[in-house]
This record gives sequence, C-alpha cells and structure tokens, in this order.
Amino acid sequence: MFSLSGITTALHDWLSGRFSEAWVMLIEMLLAGIAVISFFAILGLVLVLMERKVSAWMQIRLGPNRVGPKGMLQSFADTLKLLVKEGMTPNGADKLLFNMAPVMAMVIAMLLMAPIAFAKDFQLWDINIGVLYISAVSSLSVISILMAGWASNNKYSLLGAMRSGAQIVSYELSAGLAILTIVVLSGSLNMNDIVMAQENGWWIFKGHIPVIIAFVIFIIAVTAETNRAPFDLAEAESELTAGFHTEYSGMKFALFFLAEYVNVFIVCAIGATLFLGGWMPFHIGNWDGFNRVMDFIPSSIWFLGKTFLLIFLIMWFRWSFPRLRIDQLLNLEWKYLLPISMVNILLVAAIAILGWHF
Amino acid sequence: MFLARYIKSIFQAVRSLWIGMRRTGYYFSHHKEIITQQYPDNRETLQLPERFKGEVVMPHNEQNEHRCTGCTACELACPNGTIKVITKFDITPEGKKKKAIDKLVYHLELCTMCNLCVVACPSDAIVMAQTFEHSVFDRNQLTKILNNPGSKIMEGVE
Amino acid sequence: MHEVLGTTTDGDLVINVGPQHPATHGVLHLVITLHGETIRKVDPHLGYIHRSIEKMCESLTYRQFIYVTSRMDYLSAHINNHACALCVEKGLQVEVPARAQYIRVLMDELTRIASHELWWGAMAMDLGAFTPFFHAFRERENINDIMEETCGARLTMNYMVPGGVMADIHPNFQKRVKSFIQLFRSKFDEYNEMVTGNIIFQNRMKGVGYLSAEDAISYGCTGPTARGSGVSCDVRKIMPYELYNQVQFDEILETGGDSFARYMVRLREMNESINIIEQVIDNIPEGDYQAKTKAVLKLPKGEFYTRVETARGELGVYIVSEGGTTPYRIKFRSPGFSNLSALDHMARGSKIGDLVAMMGTLDLVIPDIDR
Repeated sequence: MFSLSGITTALHDWLSGRFSEAWVMLIEMLLAGIAVISFFAILGLVLVLMERKVSAWMQIRLGPNRVGPKGMLQSFADTLKLLVKEGMTPNGADKLLFNMAPVMAMVIAMLLMAPIAFAKDFQLWDINIGVLYISAVSSLSVISILMAGWASNNKYSLLGAMRSGAQIVSYELSAGLAILTIVVLSGSLNMNDIVMAQENGWWIFKGHIPVIIAFVIFIIAVTAETNRAPFDLAEAESELTAGFHTEYSGMKFALFFLAEYVNVFIVCAIGATLFLGGWMPFHIGNWDGFNRVMDFIPSSIWFLGKTFLLIFLIMWFRWSFPRLRIDQLLNLEWKYLLPISMVNILLVAAIAILGWHF
Repeated sequence: MFLARYIKSIFQAVRSLWIGMRRTGYYFSHHKEIITQQYPDNRETLQLPERFKGEVVMPHNEQNEHRCTGCTACELACPNGTIKVITKFDITPEGKKKKAIDKLVYHLELCTMCNLCVVACPSDAIVMAQTFEHSVFDRNQLTKILNNPGSKIMEGVE
Repeated sequence: MHEVLGTTTDGDLVINVGPQHPATHGVLHLVITLHGETIRKVDPHLGYIHRSIEKMCESLTYRQFIYVTSRMDYLSAHINNHACALCVEKGLQVEVPARAQYIRVLMDELTRIASHELWWGAMAMDLGAFTPFFHAFRERENINDIMEETCGARLTMNYMVPGGVMADIHPNFQKRVKSFIQLFRSKFDEYNEMVTGNIIFQNRMKGVGYLSAEDAISYGCTGPTARGSGVSCDVRKIMPYELYNQVQFDEILETGGDSFARYMVRLREMNESINIIEQVIDNIPEGDYQAKTKAVLKLPKGEFYTRVETARGELGVYIVSEGGTTPYRIKFRSPGFSNLSALDHMARGSKIGDLVAMMGTLDLVIPDIDR
C-alpha cells in the first residue's frame, strides 16, 4: 500500500549507501527544510482559495471563478500581485522590528510544524515532549504581533497588538488545559504515542463527555489564539482598519497572511491529532470488514481530511458570527472557558485514574 | 440557583450560535440559492427594463427624420446644462423661414439621467436609451450630437 | 486644539477615525480620545462631502431642484424627493391625485425597506459578521429591480415631481411587489436567526450606547434613533401626509434606549412597512398620476415648510420664495446631522468596538449629514 514512510525510508537508505552519516543528515535536513517551505506555500494558496470559496458560498456568491479552471489559480494571481507590490515602511517606524515581525511570524509557524505526525511514521522530529513543545512555541507568536504593532508607529496597530497580547496570553491557558486532558488520558507528551493510544478509537469517542467539552474548548481557544473571527480583535477591520498589520503592504503583508493560515492549519492539525486520532483510520469495535476498508485509505489522507474538517469548522465560525468586544472576549475566557476546563481536567483525571475510558 | 443559571446561559448561547451556523451551512451546501450575475458574460441575455434611464438619444426614422423642432424646452428643463440646442433657419418650399435644429449637443458627462428633458419635450423628440456602458478613453467622446448628420424634421411635427 | 496629531496632556490617545475608515461608511471624520480602550470623547468633523446642495438649489427651478435632493440621503432618495415635492405643492396649493398619493406611499415604504435592509447588512458588517450583508442585498436587489422597472433608475430615481409622480407605475409593478412581499416574509426569519438571536450580537448591542428619552429630545434625534429611546416622533403618525392617515400601521417604539432597542425598531419597521404596502398595493385607484401644473412653476412669496419621515428620521424642507421661479433660500433639516450629534453623549465611557456598533445603529448616511 502507498505510504509516505516507505518513500522516506527508501530515500534514507539510498543516501546512506552513497554518503557518510554526517552528509546524509545534512542533506536530509536540507530536504526537510525545502519540503516544509514548499508545503507552506502550497498550504497558503490552498487555504486562501478555500476560505474565499467557503465565504462565497455562505454569502450566496460564486467566489473566485475567473483565474484558471474554476478559479483554482486565483491565489497564485493574488500572490503574484502581492509580490510585485511595493513594500513600504512608514515614517518613524522602527525599521528593524518592522521588517523582522513578518519573518518572525513565519518562522514561528514553521517551527510548529516539526513534531506533527503527517502520516504513519512520517514526522519531521519525533520529540518526546511534542505537545509541550507546541504549546511553548505557539505562545511565541504573540511576540511577532506585538513587534509589528509597536514598530509600525501607528495607533491602530498599537491598539491591535495590545489587544492581541491580552487575548493570546489568556487563551493559551484554556488551550493548554484542553491539550492537557489528552495528555492525562494518553499518559504521554509524545505526539506519536498519543496517536497510537487512539488505535482502538479516537479520544473524542473514548473519553466520554469531558473530552468532548475539552474539544469544544480547544476549538474556541485556538480560534482565538490564531486571531480568527469571531475573535479577530487584533485586526478588527471595522474598528481598527486592519489592526497590527495596518501599515504592512506587499510581501510583508503576505507573510502575515500566510502565517495566519499556516497557524490555522497547525492548530487544526494538533486538534486532529489529539482528539480525532491523527492519521489513525476510523475504526468501529469488531466490524473487521469495515475496519479493513478504512485501513485501506492512506494515513496521510486521514490526517489531512481530519485537519481540513477542523479548518472548515473554523472558517464556518468566521463567516457566521459577529466579532466579540475586547472585555467580552476576556470574560469568555476567564469566566467561562477557564473554570470549565479546570473542572473538566479534574473529571478527566478521575476517568484516567479509574480507567473508565474505553 | 447560580450553577443552573450558569449552565443554562451556556446552553442558550451555544444554541443561538448553532442556529446561525445552521443558516450559513444551509447556504454553503445549497448552491442554487446563489444570486450572482456574471455580468460581462451575460451581456447577450441581459435585459434592462424599457424605462431604464441610460442616456438621452434622439430616434430617427428610415428617412433620417427626427421630431425635434428646436424649441429648447429640454435645454431649459435641464438642471445641469447638459443639453445645448443650436438652431438654424431653414427655407421652406413656400419661401418662408422656419426654425430648425442645426445640432443638439448632449454632454453625457454632465447628465444625471433625471429624465426632466424627456418629460419637457413637447414633440417627444428625445427618449432615454437603455445603454449603460458609457466608459470611454477620451472624454470628448462623451459630448454627443444627437441628431444625425443631414437629418430633417419629420413631416407634421410642429 | 492640535491634539489631533498626538496624545493629550494626560496621556490619552487621540485617534482619527476616518475620513477613510471602514466603519464610517463614507467620509465622516471622528476624532476620538481614548483612555486605553475606553472612549473619553468623540468629536465629529464634518465637511468632507459637502457639495453645497442648498446653495445649488437656489439656482434651480422648482422642477429641477428635486433631483439634487436624491443625492443627499441616497438610500431614501424617493422620500427626499417626496419631501421637496410636498413643499412645492404646499406653495402652489396643488391637490395631488389619489393615484399619485398611493404610488408615492408605496414608493416611500419600499424605499424605507430597502434602506433598512442595507442598514441591517452594514450594521452586521460593522460588528464583524460579513455574511448578513450579502443576504440583505438579495432582498434589496428585488426592490431595486422594482424601482428600475417603474422609475428607470435604481438609486437616484427622481420619480416624484411637483403635482404627482413622473410616470405611471409599470404594468408589472403590483405583481412584482407582491412577489417581493412573499420573498421578504420567507427570508425575514433568517435575519433573526443569523443576527438578532445570536448571543455575541446581543451582548454587543444590549446596554451599550444608552440614550435616554430626554437626551434624545434635547439632541433633536428623530426617527428610529429617538423611537428606540421611547420618543414618539413618527411624522407619518403625528403629522400625516398623503395617505398615512388612511392606512393602519403602528408606530414602532422601543423603550430600551440602547443600541439593541434602535436595532429592533428598524427591524420591526421593515415589517410595518410591509404591512402598509399590503394595504395599499391592491387599492391603487384609477386616475391621473400627476396633477395639471403650469409649465413654469412659481411659488407665491412666502415661506413653506414640510416634513416627512425618511428611513433615518425627520426630514424638513424649508423654502423661502420671493415669488420667482427659483427658491430664494432652501434649508434641509436632515435627520442624520441631529442623530450624529448624540454620538458623543452616547459613546463616552464605552469601548471602541461599541462606538462602531453605535454608529451602526444611528444609520448614518454621510451625504445626508453634510449635504
């Protein structure tokens, strides 16, 4: 059966036969880097097109349908436009920080890609504290937004950045606690172990109601963490024109844009890994025939399917709801999500200790 | 009971959000509801109502005759000075002098399509056309002469 | 006064919202003083779209000046034209034929629905929900098509003339209005599903932008803005013109005084307008659509004032005539200007996000404020 791990193993063997161990490692790192960057570029294009189509259909419009077959090359055209546009730096801006912020946003998004298991035995970095690494690195993304807001020398940007700071710092908590429920259940911080723990059923099915609550909280929290509507206060365009990236144009803006979509992809990938079994196929108890058919679908398809399902959910939120106000946003976190997740993690701990999960 | 109210408020909030999502989800999955008109593509089938006020034109019949007597009622009715009537004197076969138009100059760039000139015209010489694609590269082209070259006034129109 | 550029002495942030800003729906310039996220002061600066319409009208005849008023409050162009036509008719003492009155009322109410429809979408967009805007336009498009068929234009119709209306209604008019009513009724629940009932929306609207009845009166607010505070000010009720004393309809009043109350007033007004249309649409009498008037209108020497209820509030037209063919002076009392003046009072102490919501519920049309 087709599998990505077969390709990587074959490549590794082929390289090992020709070069010394150090060279093999260097070449493999280079290849992985190129793979991640090109994956990012494709991901950005696909997600932008997807967002535009989803929004168009919800808004009884047709969406992009002119460039390429069914408008599929629209995002290429957009990228080309952004590439040739002038990248301006406003007067009085802190040039270093201003130019560094979009790169920083991008680098952080790339770093997050490392421990995600895209398919069976297909992972950039099988680190034993994968979940911890992701929580730690993803909280860095606020720095790039603060940098952009501060360096722009624009009051709208500053307000947006400050909002974003408050927002991301608070929503980290409930996102972390929601992740922790799965860590408690699986007993491991390793992404691969978490996936393997769901071999006989995904956590969202095995973990009773507490895990479903944790899943809902996770989705809400990551929507807020990635600054997506209805929590897009950092770039609330009816209030702050474009928030922290008001002054950005051209490719610098495109990097922010891309980083946002990549972040969405990554949090959805994490959600899919933790709650929906990652690349694990959908199995039902003793239905061997059904399970065998499910196994036949490649694991990478399973992973991407689940991730895109969650991405669609987040897009669905965006095009359905109005935006919250900043105090309501913080109220939601501190008065609702955090207490609920704290009680929830107690319940999950009890379930895990008593072994009540399936 | 605080806890009951707390949980109830959460439940109601989630329900209201779900109702909204169901509506957008319905439109997401029902593409028949899409109302977009693919404008430049549907040029052939595009039908504008016969009363649509696109621009002022002066209809001519097959003999290149129009109904304008040059009375300047339209020029007086126009709020923006869009229409300028330039008259001349024709000599009728009986040898009398008769007022007629030399040119009826129409400045499309000034026109607000208010229809007052058409209403004011006593001999129904000008009407509104249903064209709407007025953009040109040279604004001189927007200044139009409504009567055809060599056109005459129709018989019987006073 | 040059605080516009930076911060005030006590460290508050001064921000220019507009003249180019997505929330101001045009070229309104608000200088807001912020303390963190909290608004200390809102200072509207006007004049960016001032076209001196009042002065222009002085050089136009009584037939001609009406078309300019479509450009004031372009969302209720019919009603603006109606107000001017009424004022001229008052001066001429012309009796408008019954058929023209019916048509005028129908057009006014359709315009009101179209205007509220656009307001609803734009208001949801101010709060960050994009989808309702397109859904609102679907219904508004139907009204525009009806207008296009009968009046020949979609936005600035210039259909009302002194003495009646410019042309008779299109043969399809009644049929299309009825099918629009059906469409509107079937889609109206969606408005509640998508926006009104939404918990985020309710939290954003309830309790913000409070305007008491006393303040609404003292700021001269009219229309849905004042009616949301419980001030009865519907000109159609208190000073009926045309048919409005013959049709049955309720003046929508809400007593909340907050943004949500103003929102509900407008939403319910759409339904009330549909009621009026339903009563009138089948009973249009036969007859002339325009009274016989002289070719050149001359108002007698004197002063004339009429007022109508536009979608935004009370529009007054004040004509001073010296007896000539053009007005000596024209003054429009526009609803948006007075409603905007209450914004500072409403917004103090609330958040920036609320300011956008309040501006949404005031339903500002900037050319109407500036003229």
